[in-house]
Amino acid sequence: MTHTIATSNTMPLVRSGGGRMKFIIGGLLIVGAIIYLIFTATQSTAQYFLTVQELKDRQSSLVGKNVRISGAVVGETITYNAQTLELKFTVANMPADLKEIDALGGLGAVLKLAVNDTKAARINVYYKGPKPDLMKGEAQAIMDGKLLADGSFVADTLLMKCPTRYEQAIPDQAK
Amino acid sequence: MALNLGLTSLFLAFLSAVYAAVVVLAINPRKQEAWVESARNASMLTFPLITLSALSIIILIVQGHYEVAYVANASSSTTPWYLKITALWGGQAGSLLFWSWLMSAFTSAVMLRNWKRDRSLMPYVILVSMITLAFFLYLSLFIENPFERLWQNLSTGDVKPALFQPANTQLFIPRDGNGLNPLLRHIGMIIHPPMLYLGFVGMVVPFSFAIAALITGRTDDEWIRTTRRWMLVGWLFLSLGLILGGRWAYDVLGWGGYWGWDPVENAALMPWLTGTAFLHSVMIQEKRGMLKVWNMILIIVTYALVIMGTFLTRSGVLSSVHAFAQSAIGPLFFGFIAITFTASMILLFWRWDRLKSETQLDSLLSREAAFLLNNLLFMGVAFATLWGTLFPIFSELATNQKITVGPPFYNQVNGPLLAVIVLLMGIAPLVAWRKSSFKALGRLMWIPAVLTLVSLVAFYLLGARTPASLLGYGIAAFVGFTTLSEYVRGVMARMRLGENVFVALINLAARNRRRYGGYIIHLGVVAMAFGVVGSYMFQQETQASLKPGQTLALGGFTMRFDSLAQFPLDDGRQVSRAEVTVLDQAGNTLGQLFPRHDLFDSGQPMTIPGVRSTLGEDFYVLLVGWEPIAANGATFKIYLNPLINLVWLGGLIFIVGTLVAAWPDADEEKRYIAESVSTLERAVKAS
Repeated sequence: MTHTIATSNTMPLVRSGGGRMKFIIGGLLIVGAIIYLIFTATQSTAQYFLTVQELKDRQSSLVGKNVRISGAVVGETITYNAQTLELKFTVANMPADLKEIDALGGLGAVLKLAVNDTKAARINVYYKGPKPDLMKGEAQAIMDGKLLADGSFVADTLLMKCPTRYEQAIPDQAK
Repeated sequence: MALNLGLTSLFLAFLSAVYAAVVVLAINPRKQEAWVESARNASMLTFPLITLSALSIIILIVQGHYEVAYVANASSSTTPWYLKITALWGGQAGSLLFWSWLMSAFTSAVMLRNWKRDRSLMPYVILVSMITLAFFLYLSLFIENPFERLWQNLSTGDVKPALFQPANTQLFIPRDGNGLNPLLRHIGMIIHPPMLYLGFVGMVVPFSFAIAALITGRTDDEWIRTTRRWMLVGWLFLSLGLILGGRWAYDVLGWGGYWGWDPVENAALMPWLTGTAFLHSVMIQEKRGMLKVWNMILIIVTYALVIMGTFLTRSGVLSSVHAFAQSAIGPLFFGFIAITFTASMILLFWRWDRLKSETQLDSLLSREAAFLLNNLLFMGVAFATLWGTLFPIFSELATNQKITVGPPFYNQVNGPLLAVIVLLMGIAPLVAWRKSSFKALGRLMWIPAVLTLVSLVAFYLLGARTPASLLGYGIAAFVGFTTLSEYVRGVMARMRLGENVFVALINLAARNRRRYGGYIIHLGVVAMAFGVVGSYMFQQETQASLKPGQTLALGGFTMRFDSLAQFPLDDGRQVSRAEVTVLDQAGNTLGQLFPRHDLFDSGQPMTIPGVRSTLGEDFYVLLVGWEPIAANGATFKIYLNPLINLVWLGGLIFIVGTLVAAWPDADEEKRYIAESVSTLERAVKAS
């Protein structure tokens, strides 16, 4: 039963000079490995959160890269094929900053404004999957996906946000 | 009436907490006994006062006083009675008060239980816990007061909440309240927040004792024993809260998983991780008198993470840094964390000399070294989680550009780290204290290693063909076997003394509950590891639109869509409910499922899966859409989640193990538990 030795704290210490050093080196190696892991993973998984306007502005450098965008859904552009589960719609540029949104009168007002602003930057979105319940005009769509060379956006995930009267913070509903 | 009573008692509780803290600061506790008693009484008075305040909110909710903004937000006339009571913690302002209530309950329990035993530490335990409580009560009083009423401006018609009537306004009484978010009307969500808060609050107690030990300079073994016990209490509740939260997500959020590395989840996970690190490294301090500074740091960090967890989830900082700057609550939390953290670290440096190790580490191959590695890894996971959670905030501050990292980041970093932690969990208990040898380890490990190899062949034949999954299953199996081997060795030793198997097993665990309870926890983690590897690496999904009679196949099962019904319910929701039949490959009926979709009158949808659940896998069907044009068609999404029930089963084993390990030993402790439970029961009954 080698693993149940009761030790006494008063036991005299016999240790080699390098005893402490090897622990420090070992510890530093592990800490270094963890930091390296965090660093590389951040680089490979970091995702830019852009508005439609920002995406348009930097279109040439962003083609093919994974980005997350948010925009206001233009109601009359929604088409959905229930058999093939193909969903197409257009989103209009809206501010992403909550302070700006509040200043403009809240999420509902900002979405309405964005959809009716004919000069706002717009982008066509393609998504394959079931149509979310909240997919309708003047809803906010938050999408992860890629920008194609033709200027349209293919979303891998689609998250809808509507002005809600509930205040509780809960994890995202759809992934 | 209830409103004035609640508000007054809330204010008095705040005064009591401030009074207790100020008294301890102003006096010399060793000389002025009477003042210490007075501070103690004031700190214990907060409990009945906050209880009254919380009761008042519940009365306001039950009576339907919708002119109170919180009542209007958290309940409605159609809310069932039990949800009216739990609405106390359903919204922001109420849950903040609920936090304070639990905090005062814990403080009173500490006062009753540890007063005599830890007499010299107690004045400063009062100080730290009352400062924390006063901070939260301050927030409840001045920032997010649950007793604010709605007032309508007579000229503009605007409705705004305020504590006292603003000029030129009249009381505004809405016809009905908003009601609780339907997603939160779930048994898991009723129990989950109290568990989480109990965990958070339980971890404030160890911090109070740690600071008290630093201030008094009594950094001997006494405080660490008390601290370990209270940390276990907090840790038990936090574990329960995390498991229940995962179960709720799986049942309600409708994406087929239970953990999404969401900031709200991370906030609860981080203090759990550092608390787990502490519970392990504290053993080295108890046995060898080492790592005293490190243990202090772990407690201080855990406390900071508890406060930050509360802050992250309610300040709005995660959606935008600018929103954080706008609300008053964010900077207050930030300031509180900064001040308490800095003060704790200054105290720690001041007492550095007294925290010198009594012994030194001997060998890299020793139990001590294994615990150190365990601590580094747990801190690594906690730091990576913190990094990922705060990254969007820092990136926005630094570059004015929001950059996020999602689940792939956590999977890449925390996946390997957690795998090493689990592996270590199997090896470390076999490594001797002070110094071990590979030969000794080999003797203890060869049988589990052989059994693991045999299991790997079985896993391969059962279909686990990827290297990553074999590695995951292999680690879990190895740890399971080594942990069981510890029991086998112990039982065999006792059987040689003439006990039969069952008596030996019971005596073994009863004699050293801390150790064998700990092993039960480890076995729970093994079960969870199998569940996580299975459900993460082998999850399958498919989706399709079907007409009645059409089928959809996934992983050896077939689902047939039978019919769809749509009907309204009394509480105003519109329900769409599908009937589907699950068949096996031979076409035998395995059962019927009823995935449904509820649309609440507030526009909030809720997707409730139909699940055929076995130990082998969950067949998880979601009704995700239906088109009015093709009135008889519906769209389904199906997930096949292998071994997912091992996650819940493992969680149950985990909790049982914690209870075995944490259950107090002596009669004195039993009496104390009975006392505090009956106090809590009385409070619960009273509410």
